[in-house]
Amino acid sequence: MVKIIVCIKQVPDPKEFSKITIDPLRKTIVREGIQSIINPLDKHALEEALRIREKHGGRVVVLSMGPPQAIEACREALAFGADEAFLLCDRLLAGSDTLATAYALSKAVRRLKPYSLILCGNETVDGSTGQVPPQLAEFLEIPHVTRVRRIEIGEDEAVVESMLEYGYRVVKVKLPAVLSVVKEINTPRILSVFGIIEASSKKINQWCVSDIDASIDMVGLEGSPTRVTDVFTPEVKRRCEVFSGPVEEAVGKAMRRLHEIGVF
Amino acid sequence: MPGEVWVYAECRSGRLMDVSIELIGGGRRIADKIKAQLASIILTDNVGYLANDLISYGVDKVYTVEHPLLKLYQSDLYTDIICKAVLQYSPEILLIGATSIGMDLAPRVAARLKTGLSAHVVGLDVDEYGVLKQIVPGFGGGVMAVVTCPKAKPQMATVRPGVLAKPEKTIRRGEIISIKAEISEEMIKARTLEIIEEKPLGKPLEEAEIVVGVGLGGCKPDTFNLIKELAETLGAAIGGTRPAVDEGYIKEDQMIGQSGKTVRPKIHIALGASGAMQYMVGVMDSKTIIAVNKDPNAPIFKMCDVGIVGDLNDVLPRLIEEIKKLRKN
Repeated sequence: MVKIIVCIKQVPDPKEFSKITIDPLRKTIVREGIQSIINPLDKHALEEALRIREKHGGRVVVLSMGPPQAIEACREALAFGADEAFLLCDRLLAGSDTLATAYALSKAVRRLKPYSLILCGNETVDGSTGQVPPQLAEFLEIPHVTRVRRIEIGEDEAVVESMLEYGYRVVKVKLPAVLSVVKEINTPRILSVFGIIEASSKKINQWCVSDIDASIDMVGLEGSPTRVTDVFTPEVKRRCEVFSGPVEEAVGKAMRRLHEIGVF
Repeated sequence: MPGEVWVYAECRSGRLMDVSIELIGGGRRIADKIKAQLASIILTDNVGYLANDLISYGVDKVYTVEHPLLKLYQSDLYTDIICKAVLQYSPEILLIGATSIGMDLAPRVAARLKTGLSAHVVGLDVDEYGVLKQIVPGFGGGVMAVVTCPKAKPQMATVRPGVLAKPEKTIRRGEIISIKAEISEEMIKARTLEIIEEKPLGKPLEEAEIVVGVGLGGCKPDTFNLIKELAETLGAAIGGTRPAVDEGYIKEDQMIGQSGKTVRPKIHIALGASGAMQYMVGVMDSKTIIAVNKDPNAPIFKMCDVGIVGDLNDVLPRLIEEIKKLRKN
């Protein structure tokens, strides 16, 4: 292995998703005061990279794209054991959809050549599209496999298992490739104090759009074919008839009501 | 005449995936609204009667690509063939089922065509200008966004299984067009060697009329046994929340919600589920939602039709008894 690139994203903590609100006038999502974390599946990708490094050697390089505070996610990845981190951070990247994001990441990856493997989490908890890894592979003109739960590294190829709804696919993929992993692949290690100390001396490189030679019209809102035209909170219209009190009574009343409205 | 509306007909082991058939129903509505033709594209080693099936479900045209190498899903080949067909026939819209394979294929196709793609769409409509309005859930389903792709073509979306109703078969005529694609072994860089299928346990969630949903509150051995008894009494399928999967009480393919399945049964009974949006987006279309939870302040009670506040271990035996009584009469 020459180099394993792990793509990570800083996301709002799903435990605090209930605090997310919508600004009704500006139609934007308000997520102030919500804790940020490394996207959970990206930690599995990082863990897999560290395990591959232990077995096959090479360097683990973390690549992220986001606002300046995403540097914390990079720092944490270094504390887990990554060798080096790169943060793609530029106002021009704001508003990028998956296509523009994948393009920008691909330009950064090209600067990190040569590499043997790119690992990503299968999807992030915020958007949950799972689109960036295959799209990154397409921009790099290398193969991809999604929903990977097992990786066996060979000479210049890998044999992986990709989860299906019922069962799985066995895929032999030429390297370099983009593999996006699911949580079944491993159990991420616990952050160690030594890791945290060591991370403070490792380098986090920051790149802007001009550093990666990306066309300005292919990133950010300009480079994004999709538009968000509205955001709203799903409305739930239900009867909400709730029965409490002694169990027998509550169940009895609920059943009678269900009978009246023709359910049972 | 506007460009066609395309539905990717995903087939595994010679069978069409349900979501592809559902998409024909949804695609038909959209095509009629913009006065376009509805077509399917199918890639397989043996089309057989599948093209006629697609027509009877409602498409006007079927583009078929047949080759032994297409027996199993191969991301490179499938991407290449679909992209070339899109460039040749210029469809206005391309819909793909958000299955594991659909989600592997669609992003790559969209990236090659440099067009937009919305993921896991839960609602679809088209305006008078032919702009596809796609409703996508974000942040675990607590927020919905309307996404459009106003300029690039085709407008692409992956649609979650169960979101659209499956159309009935009717006797109708359609055109079958065989596409001659350039296919060779060398084009495959990620080769699917085999697909190992594992049979789902019991009745598939999506087809059940009654679905019992297990939340964290139901994740104790005794409680879970009562839940199973209730499900048996009702002939219901069992699904549940992400925490119930993590606790090992139900399997991944029984997971309902944002990252799992969408169900639309006549009756959904949520047992010990708090009502997190991640879960609720998957059951929102149920006709009736019944909830049992011991926390009177659980959000689920604001999202159900009938709720019972109580401990599952106390409520379930009574509920089972009452239902059995009712069934006897």
